[in-house]
Amino acid sequence: MIEVKNLTHVYNEGLPHETKALDDISFTIKDGSFVGIIGHTGSGKSTLLQHLNGLLKPSSGTIVIDGVDITDSHTKMLDIRRRVGLVFQYPEYQLFEETVAKDVAFGPANLGLSQEEIDERVRRSIELVGLDYERVKDQSPFELSGGQKRRVAIAGVLAMEPEVLVLDEPTAGLNPKAHLDILDMVEEIHKRENNITIFVSHNMNDIARMSDQVLVIHQGRLAMDGTPAQVFAREDEIRSMGLALPDATEIVSHLRKEGMELPADCLTVDQAAEAIAKALEK
Amino acid sequence: MIRDITLGQYYPGNSVIHKLDPRVKILATLLYIVALFVVNDFPGFIVAVVLLEAVIILSKVPRRYIWRGLKPVLIIIAFTLTVNIFMVGGDIIWQFGILHITRQGLRTAAFVGIRLVLLIIGSSMLTLTTRPIGLTDGIEALLSPFKKVGLPAHELAMMMTIALRFIPTLLEETDKIIKAQQARGADFESGNILRRAKALVPILVPLFISAFRIAQDLAMAMEARCYGGVVKRTRMNAMKFARRDLIATVIFCAFLAVIVLQRVLL
Repeated sequence: MIEVKNLTHVYNEGLPHETKALDDISFTIKDGSFVGIIGHTGSGKSTLLQHLNGLLKPSSGTIVIDGVDITDSHTKMLDIRRRVGLVFQYPEYQLFEETVAKDVAFGPANLGLSQEEIDERVRRSIELVGLDYERVKDQSPFELSGGQKRRVAIAGVLAMEPEVLVLDEPTAGLNPKAHLDILDMVEEIHKRENNITIFVSHNMNDIARMSDQVLVIHQGRLAMDGTPAQVFAREDEIRSMGLALPDATEIVSHLRKEGMELPADCLTVDQAAEAIAKALEK
Repeated sequence: MIRDITLGQYYPGNSVIHKLDPRVKILATLLYIVALFVVNDFPGFIVAVVLLEAVIILSKVPRRYIWRGLKPVLIIIAFTLTVNIFMVGGDIIWQFGILHITRQGLRTAAFVGIRLVLLIIGSSMLTLTTRPIGLTDGIEALLSPFKKVGLPAHELAMMMTIALRFIPTLLEETDKIIKAQQARGADFESGNILRRAKALVPILVPLFISAFRIAQDLAMAMEARCYGGVVKRTRMNAMKFARRDLIATVIFCAFLAVIVLQRVLL
């Protein structure tokens, strides 16, 4: 369980150009949930993510993960990093080793594990991201395709076996096929590991389809916290923050305005299609 | 954080010194440095200090900014001073074992010290009061006479401009990479020198790759907009030699004349 309480982060505190990037944010994430975070560019999403694994320290407030306060200065950094794996935007840009296996091993090696344990984890996480271990392990990561590079980079974080996996726009800049592949993979890993997965995305369809809980960040504040259905029901507010609705919700909303009798909580194309078919039959 | 590193140390302002033509400022700075080596006695240094002091006051740059530029080189100055004090031969005024201090040694050390400090402050006044773009434009203009002998003045200036432009971009990139590797448990702060040097590999490799990628994108973008260094280009902000530049030139020439005459006559 993750409990964030009154988290505030001020950049350049005390200087004339100080800015409040996060302002009094509190929320709770239950074990095994899949959480989507949405917000306009510059709303403070990335700052929030970086707090979750101790890369940034809050100006005030606490983050407690499974009873451990990671904002406490006595908590060991490696302990935090072991608990929370953070996959940055365009994670393939951090690949550096000569071979895929060595690169994936970087994280577990930093944890000071035994060589057998490291090898085991490297194999496991490369397979977890859907790559053929025997085929790619001795390849240079730079010879791989864009989508494969990203998988290797994600494997590098998975190899640390975090209890919480955080992904910042994991599909940015990928083609539609690779986009779906990566999301399927993330969902698959989530199911198999039953961990907490938190992901940031600008694609409302993905958010609506995949998450159990949605956090909406607006100008450094937590504007909404609820299920996708609850969040996307507040249509006007979502729009006023410069965000969009999922395509299906959008279409259903238009049809409702035209007088068709449809439920308001259609989030996916399948749900919308079913509801529309039902309404037409009447 | 790494982003706090200040580079190109331009201090925004609107003073007379800021407004001077970069060409005048660059040439004056170069000649000032030469003059510092011509000067060989205290009266000459006083003239040099007075001129620099006048520039500092006119530029309205806070002294702590100037001091900050001087700080990193203090060790070098201290080292040179020590070497000069003990190594120059002449009339001994203090001796301890093989160490001795001579009158000539003290004199040389004092001169070297003053010279170095003036040299650093003088050249940092140029960068503090001139935008990087102004600097490169000025250098290009000053180098253009050498185009006749095949010197690619415009290309050199363009390279400098691009390099300056990408310093903040690369710093940001470095910051991102450091964080990403820290998220994978990398530790840059502990261990001996060898360990720390090794810890840099996961930063440097991605950084180089990023730099190449950025360079390639930029080259493509420039080409897409038909950039060609050889064609005659016009500028958005053309440099103009104004009245204040003339006045500055006259004052500076007077300074040079004083320095040279004093050296020749005395």
